[in-house]
Amino acid sequence: MEFTNDKQADKNWIKVCSEQDLVKDAGVCALINDQQIAIFHLEKAEQKLFAVGNFDPIGKANVIYRGIVGSINDEPVVASPLYKQHFSLLTGQCLQDEASNVPVYLVRVQSGEVQLFV
Amino acid sequence: MSAQIQIQAKQNIVVVGNGMVGHHFVEQLYKDNDYQITVLSAESRLAYDRVHLSEFFTGKTADDLAMTDVATYEAWGVDFRTNAKVVNIDKANKKVVTATGEEFGYDKLVLATGSYPFVPPIPGKDRDHCLVYRTIEDLHAIENSAKSSKVGVVIGGGLLGLEAANAIKELGLETHVVEFAPQLMGVQVDAGGGAVLRNKIEDLGVQVHTSKATNVIEDGEQCRYKLCFSDDTVLETDLILFSAGIRPYDNLAREFDLEIGERGGITINNQCQTSDADIYAIGECALWNNFIFGLVAPGYAMAKVAAKHICGESESFTGADMSTKLKLMGVEVGSIGDAHGKTAGSLTYTYENQPEGVYKKIVVSSDKSKLLGAVLIGDTSEYDSLLQYMLNGIDLPETPESLILPMGGDKPTLGADSLPDSAMICSCHNVTKGDIIASVDAGATDLPALKSCTKASTGCGGCSALLKDVFETELENRGVEVKKDMCEHFAYSRRELFDLIKVEKIKTFDELLDKHGSGLGCEICKPTTASILASVYNEYILEKLHLPLQDSNDNFLANLQKDGTYSVVPRIPGGEITPEKLIVIGEVAKKYALYTKITGGQRIDMFGARVEQLPLIWQELIDAGFETGHAYGKSLRTVKSCVGETWCRFGVKDSLSMALYLENRYKGLRSPHKIKFAVSGCTRECAEAQSKDIGVIATENGWNLYVCGNGGMRPRHGDLFATDLDDATLIQYIDRVLMFYVKTADRLQRTSVWLESLEGGLEYLQKVIIDDSLELAGELENQMKVIADSYQCEWKTTLADPEAMKRFKSFVNSDDSDSNIQFVTEREQIRPAREEERIPVIFDPS
Repeated sequence: MEFTNDKQADKNWIKVCSEQDLVKDAGVCALINDQQIAIFHLEKAEQKLFAVGNFDPIGKANVIYRGIVGSINDEPVVASPLYKQHFSLLTGQCLQDEASNVPVYLVRVQSGEVQLFV
Repeated sequence: MSAQIQIQAKQNIVVVGNGMVGHHFVEQLYKDNDYQITVLSAESRLAYDRVHLSEFFTGKTADDLAMTDVATYEAWGVDFRTNAKVVNIDKANKKVVTATGEEFGYDKLVLATGSYPFVPPIPGKDRDHCLVYRTIEDLHAIENSAKSSKVGVVIGGGLLGLEAANAIKELGLETHVVEFAPQLMGVQVDAGGGAVLRNKIEDLGVQVHTSKATNVIEDGEQCRYKLCFSDDTVLETDLILFSAGIRPYDNLAREFDLEIGERGGITINNQCQTSDADIYAIGECALWNNFIFGLVAPGYAMAKVAAKHICGESESFTGADMSTKLKLMGVEVGSIGDAHGKTAGSLTYTYENQPEGVYKKIVVSSDKSKLLGAVLIGDTSEYDSLLQYMLNGIDLPETPESLILPMGGDKPTLGADSLPDSAMICSCHNVTKGDIIASVDAGATDLPALKSCTKASTGCGGCSALLKDVFETELENRGVEVKKDMCEHFAYSRRELFDLIKVEKIKTFDELLDKHGSGLGCEICKPTTASILASVYNEYILEKLHLPLQDSNDNFLANLQKDGTYSVVPRIPGGEITPEKLIVIGEVAKKYALYTKITGGQRIDMFGARVEQLPLIWQELIDAGFETGHAYGKSLRTVKSCVGETWCRFGVKDSLSMALYLENRYKGLRSPHKIKFAVSGCTRECAEAQSKDIGVIATENGWNLYVCGNGGMRPRHGDLFATDLDDATLIQYIDRVLMFYVKTADRLQRTSVWLESLEGGLEYLQKVIIDDSLELAGELENQMKVIADSYQCEWKTTLADPEAMKRFKSFVNSDDSDSNIQFVTEREQIRPAREEERIPVIFDPS
């Protein structure tokens, strides 16, 4: 991920929910300043937590957090529940459509608290 | 000749008759630009499949039977006229004239006029309700006549006669077959086989009268007519169907001086030319070597030979194998080569199993080295290999009887590898094993591709199992692996995963992935595993370990719509609902401002519910006595029904009670795809059961069961699976069929496609379910019992589970709703706003 120093300067780690609110191997959605961000917890993946935009740019609805997670060629992905395109949880890139992607966010757990960098 | 003259010199080919053979001829020649084809058909419709005519009464329509249509012929550049009976052949000026006076010049004329049913000259034969069985129009007439008839008689106990008898039995008539000879199917079957066949057919409720010559048809006493036989016995009937053989339509040849045989038929040579070298005759109107071939395969062979000869190639028609395999009223009958053992010095081996109604005979050469013929009644499983022995002159095993004796696993089988390249695989389209090898070499790597380039198995379909065997053997010989992997995480098909889960008692996706898969899984293998786990153990699907596996619909127990909202469908079994419950649905929909619509499955769908509204809506529905409708699941949807005899003047059974029972029994069953049922209270079939996965139709004597029908994207009429079942047997068969489907189908494979992919098709399924050929019935029934006993309403369970309820929020950190969901009003109800109707949601990142 690339962040310019300027943009980073405006951003902060914001508390979203507690670790227990996450659903193992599935997603939840956070609402932060009117932004919808899907947070996924992949227990078996190398990296456990991922956050991407909740808006499906192809289906044009806020549904990404309801998708099934998994891997395609070892890349962690979520499949849109509307039309099943895969979005990389690492880069946000749609694997079936080069022109489509979802934004990616930094997410972490600090003393039981799930935090997003927005 | 210059190129231009060649174009002008396009030859005119006029084809008279558009039956199966006439059409096949057109297929052979239309691609060749040197010829302009004109088809003149006396019938009102273009070519259709007469071989499968009887299926008209089990649900096929004229369109289903059609072999071509106007658009196809137009695309092929074929000029055609229907209702165009040819009345004159002007050989000198090379033109034909139709009844309406239209003239068509020809360079070559092809007569494919076919045959007509022979009606014996019995006084009274021309009265009303005395019919024949040949064209779709005949079928309409039979259907009409049956409406005012109770008893039907078929005169003629040959192959076609028995098919016709089946047809009138299907129409609900008391059915009789009257045969002049002492046995049924005397052409194809010997006396011993004929006797077994008769018993089987009588067991099915058709009365057979052999050695009966009809003298006269008179007015009846109880019925419309009375058949008076030469032995002074009589038979009362309302409908009479003549099926006493065919006669060639050779009147054009007679009138315009083409040579015809003593007993009719247009004489042809080995190139299918008549006595006029520019006129060909093919199919059932043609007489070759003093023989008329009444089967479609030889007709096709003639069509090919004539087309080739017109193109200047020298191919010959040298007779045809008349072997045949068919199923008459569910009785398997096979006849190969010299079925009667007429060859000098021939020897026979016979096996008869009276209790089972099975009769098998083989006729071998005097030195016991070659197979000459065979008769199979009640079980034709050896037909394919016996036919190959006969056609290819393959040396028989030392004990030829082993080919027909029931010996368990020791039976010598004729593998695809042991067939010579010349072996005829598909005799309808003349496809040899060599042709199949050539197609595989040319790149055909799946069966559909092979079928479309060779046309093999697209005629009668009798060779489908053999074709698959040869094809797969050839692929294997080339080291091609037939890939059935479900996705990149599992190198198994759904069926294999089902067996692994069952045998190894695997209870979670993670366990399955650890033992047999790789990676993290995906949206294909996860829901499939969830479905299999549900079919095997039937645990609550939102159980913590199963929840991440479910597709969004199952995950939220509702149907996801395009804007991210959900629709809600409570179960309304059989479409029966009290006014009180209707009011509850109305009030809930009103309260949550939902769009409502009646579904095709006799239920009510409520659209536009947000995730966080789903539990509130369901609490109200459950309090009023509703259950989840599983509209979101790959599972039983509805059992559609008519009101049945309770209200209807025509109903013969209580279809609604049966529908309620079935819906309650199978609700909650998770399956490879959705399953729909219907139950109709009489043959008027108002519930449209024949378009459902499981269709049940009431008869006077019980229930008829149809399976594997489908509406939707790829309509398919259900196959009649069993007739006149009592309640218990009906349920037992449905239990078995459904569980066998759940166990063996591919992911997202509807029952219709599943049946077509089963090797052996309907017959095989009947053996597994009715005869329990795999000894699986007990297990299938037990499994269904486990499912039925462990049913729970998933919404009721969910509402009582605080952990599961956590999911039903739009946001984990807020009680707000998704502001992106916007509705507008249309026809007094909501609908999702279109792009241009949306009010922009202001987003301020600060």
